[in-house]
Amino acid sequence: MASIEQDIRGFVVENFLFGDAQSLPAPDESFLASGLIDSTGVLELVSFLERQYGITVEDEELIPDNLDSIERLVRFVERKRAARG
Amino acid sequence: MLVDDFLARSAERFPEKVALVADGRRLTYAELDLAADRFARGLRARGLERGDRVAVYLENTPEAVVALFGALRADGVFMVINPTTKPDKLAFILDDAEARVLVTDGPKLEAARERLASVPGLSAVVVTGPVGSSLDGLPVTSFEELIESAQGRGSPVRRSIDIDLAALIYTSGSTGSPKGVMMTHLNIVTAARSITTYLRNTPDDVILNVLPLSFDYGLYQVLMAFLVGATVVLERGFAYPRVLIQRLIDERVTGLPIVPTISAILLKMDLGRYHLPALRYITNTAAAWPTRHILELRRAFPQAELFSMYGLTECKRVSYLPPSELDTRPDSVGIPIPNTEAYVVDEAGSRVPPGTVGELVVRGAHVMKGYWRRPAETEAALAPGPLPGERVLRTGDLFRTDADGYLYFVGRKDDIIKTRGEKVSPREVENVLHDLDGISEAAVIGVPDPVLGERIKAVVTLKDGARLTERDIQRHCRARLEDFMVPQVIEIRESLPRTSTGKVDKRELRAAAGRP
Repeated sequence: MASIEQDIRGFVVENFLFGDAQSLPAPDESFLASGLIDSTGVLELVSFLERQYGITVEDEELIPDNLDSIERLVRFVERKRAARG
Repeated sequence: MLVDDFLARSAERFPEKVALVADGRRLTYAELDLAADRFARGLRARGLERGDRVAVYLENTPEAVVALFGALRADGVFMVINPTTKPDKLAFILDDAEARVLVTDGPKLEAARERLASVPGLSAVVVTGPVGSSLDGLPVTSFEELIESAQGRGSPVRRSIDIDLAALIYTSGSTGSPKGVMMTHLNIVTAARSITTYLRNTPDDVILNVLPLSFDYGLYQVLMAFLVGATVVLERGFAYPRVLIQRLIDERVTGLPIVPTISAILLKMDLGRYHLPALRYITNTAAAWPTRHILELRRAFPQAELFSMYGLTECKRVSYLPPSELDTRPDSVGIPIPNTEAYVVDEAGSRVPPGTVGELVVRGAHVMKGYWRRPAETEAALAPGPLPGERVLRTGDLFRTDADGYLYFVGRKDDIIKTRGEKVSPREVENVLHDLDGISEAAVIGVPDPVLGERIKAVVTLKDGARLTERDIQRHCRARLEDFMVPQVIEIRESLPRTSTGKVDKRELRAAAGRP
């Protein structure tokens, strides 16, 4: 089974870079600062996480601390899955 | 009155008051006023002359605000360029405007380095943050150094008067090339006064702006705040609705300007949980505000007045719906803003009775002087007015009025797409598509979308043997177009439908896109 990080990289490359894996930001690089993702991108990303991992992202979790880099996304998904048990 | 007097006068009245919150910094009116003076002196020392264009290619930062007021104080003309603009288009705009100075940051300069060599008029680059290596034959100065090295006190000696140009605002045109809307000091002062009048802005207002300053709706949030001595909170954009709500709470924001894409995203949240007693008004323009958004926002924020408005860059704003009319005619964009006349005409230019659809014409001191160095397009947009020498604006938008004179938007005369509140010229996107080897024909249309207003769809045919995928085409566009212009949907077809005259039948494409 692919790791969460691989899944997320794959999603970002497919949906925001249209297959251009070379332009993928570093794991700790902000999506916002790199201009990769805007408000509608955030919504797409959240619906992907919910679909892929069976988690529910609450309004108050829609913050850059959880979602604004590959690293943060991986940690967020891991936390959510652990909390679910 | 000049536009930069907004800052000078508020600095006199409220020197210690916070004028601008951006990038985690809080700047007072006195600090901004001083920085604008010094920036102006720095520009003059580097040879900026009256009427010269200063391009500001930055995110929503304090430096961007200082640069545009500094340009005015040096008797220059500012132009704000969307920070997601790609190097080719940046070079086109700088060349078109014959910009003398470019104000940007290191990474953007680096990305545009090669293209800037082909912009002959440019004589200086000012960079915020660390300065990298210099450009061939083009001096690069740091923003800080420009301000610190400025000699003398106060603003430089001024010669501008209010009928001089203050700004070029680049906008998409139906021809595919962006064009610079020429706004004088008088144009901008007139519009800012009118809008702050009906919004009843006061020095107690705190306005939160997430829209780019390249977009006149975003730019005016700063200008109008400074006109009345209010505080403006600048955000670099709107990606996280929860962050926006937190800013509204923390800064006790009283005024929130949005576009329908923002209300669509906000309304996905449970807004009833947030208490925003300070929020006095929300405004919408740039694209029609769906009635459902209006009703749900009103339920969530009953203390806030909602202003549904309409305008276009060429005169800034045309009309607003008084909030008391929301229940009776939520689909109307209201009445002309103070000190403006707006009426509907037929093909011959004669006024039509209520209920009849025609083109909206706007009269007022806020109507632009024309498109920079585009006499034919200027001629088409500005028609002779009732007084000798006067020009009125033909909006290109189809409208009707009701029996009480309220305005209703019916549609565009051309095929300009409105997505996320931004205008996109299908021709501009088609030109980029045609540059991709392997594409034979391309047609770009807008498809209705609940969040974006319209989604951009490109329908293309390929040359024989070409093996392009949808992804290849989107990647090509992403490298060349601003983010909001990249087609969300690409459809590769064998052929495009034709009208009887042999043109691509966009009506048929739009109809097909609307069918399940």
